[in-house]
Amino acid sequence: MNQVKSLSDWKMQSLESIQQQRPIYLDYQSTTPVDPLVLEQMLPYLTQEFGNPASRSHSYGWTAEEAVERARQQVADAIHADPKEIVWTSGATESTNLALKGAAHFYSGKGKHLITLRTEHKATLDTCRQLEREGFEVTYLDVQENGLVDLDAFVAALRPDTILASVLFVNNEIGVIQPMEEIGRILRERKILFHVDAVQALGKVPVDVEAIHADLMSLSGHKIYGPKGIGALYVRRKPRVRVEAQIHGGGHERGMRSGTLPTHQIVGMGAAAELAVQSMESDSRRIRQLRDRLWHGIQERVEEVYVNGDMEHRVPHNLNVSFAFVEGESLLMALKGIAVSSGSACTSASLEPSYVLRALGKSDELAHSSIRFGIGRYTTEEEIDTTIELIAAKVGKLRELSPLWEMHQEGIDLNSIQWAAH
Amino acid sequence: MAYSEKVIDHYENPRNVGSFDKGDESVGTGMVGAPACGDVMRLQIRVNEQGIIEDARFKTYGCGSAIASSSLVTEWVKGKTLDEAMTIKNSQIAEELELPPVKIHCSVLAEDAIKAAVQDYLQKHGGAAENHSVAAEAASH
Ligand SMILES: Cc1ncc(COP(=O)(O)O)c(C=O)c1O
Repeated sequence: MNQVKSLSDWKMQSLESIQQQRPIYLDYQSTTPVDPLVLEQMLPYLTQEFGNPASRSHSYGWTAEEAVERARQQVADAIHADPKEIVWTSGATESTNLALKGAAHFYSGKGKHLITLRTEHKATLDTCRQLEREGFEVTYLDVQENGLVDLDAFVAALRPDTILASVLFVNNEIGVIQPMEEIGRILRERKILFHVDAVQALGKVPVDVEAIHADLMSLSGHKIYGPKGIGALYVRRKPRVRVEAQIHGGGHERGMRSGTLPTHQIVGMGAAAELAVQSMESDSRRIRQLRDRLWHGIQERVEEVYVNGDMEHRVPHNLNVSFAFVEGESLLMALKGIAVSSGSACTSASLEPSYVLRALGKSDELAHSSIRFGIGRYTTEEEIDTTIELIAAKVGKLRELSPLWEMHQEGIDLNSIQWAAH
Repeated sequence: MAYSEKVIDHYENPRNVGSFDKGDESVGTGMVGAPACGDVMRLQIRVNEQGIIEDARFKTYGCGSAIASSSLVTEWVKGKTLDEAMTIKNSQIAEELELPPVKIHCSVLAEDAIKAAVQDYLQKHGGAAENHSVAAEAASH
């Protein structure tokens, strides 16, 4: 088939370009390329099988609907849910909005209080801010220095009027895995709804809505080698969880989310979810070796480096490292040969240290100098070795330039100095 | 963030990186900024008996624009008298490096570093360092 041939060409080409012309891609927590196996399944639904899955009166619609329902089954299987519990959305941001606003609105008669963590994704934090503006109360719990929630503090923060808690399964910035089973048990005992952002968990750790007692769960296509612009929300049926729709229209998705379903995107997300679960073990094993190689390589070549987030309760796909005495923006500038994210969000006005690292109690300096390495399905050993070389050379160069590094080497404690504010 | 070619040039080939002995009578040291704010500049000047800045060195912790600003001023102060060096304005630095508005503070810091270095030299020589209010005295620690 013509398509398949060009796909394998494309794969070869993309791997080559990753290695030669373009920076080494180590930003897999930001997004992932569509796996060629996934793309292959999507393509027919853009051209040949273009029907509207809501069309009940002809075979174009039936074929599309079948594809949508097959994908729904694939996503449900990936998280041990029933297909009737899966609602398609445009992505995890929308899923989280639907989960939090939808449940808060529906259950507002029961209470006005929600709990989440300071280190959540902005999709959760900004939605909570909006709910606060609407009159809900939200507790943003601190985490421990290793990024993990303190369960005693979590229990202590629960109130009789708490209706929902939202917790990030695997953190997108530091990769730490929260104790989901324990949290789920605590919430279930108290009949408090549990929303889980599992965007970075699917395909990296086993995700089972029964084991963790999740009531709502947000998922995204583009973090699991599926397409962008597609996501899903799991909504538990037993015991039944209700959410108020945020988007109204033709009553699609049992009224919870209207709008014509993007068949090809849905097919892609279903295929990606199935593949994610199938390749989880082999991917993780390989990625762990690469992560260890990267971390050992950095440690051997560069002094004064610190991992952010717990090293045990963590997915190997993420390594977040602070390089003391060098500044983050200049480090990113020096590392233009690799595509990574920095702990500094370079906003238009200023370089803000990451709120996640700040929540771990990291100093502004260490937060500023952090780099997130995201390792993925297509990362190679050579890429890791090149990255180690580059890091060692560039951090060395920037430290040669750094008065702080010189002072550190002279044994001066930088905290003892009265720095002028400016 | 897009950088001008001049910033990239100074960043990749910084001029006059290094240190002088800050106890040396002919050396003035200025250190400005703070690590928590993301930039610290240390500028050192070596002044000859005629009061001319013969040589300069810098080290900077900061973004590319901060590194470029301090690298540039080491070139600019060389051969100038102390008074002449004190007339260098941040706006000239920003203009030369085509700094975007969010990076103007880097040029301000570089101007402050010159003033701090000159003041340190003058103080060593019992000179009045009157109305130049400069930021950090950190270098004396
Ligand atoms: C943990 C987490 N939650 C939510 C999102 C938002 O997902 P989407 O891009 O599908 O809206 C992301 C991706 O940025 C994420 O990493």
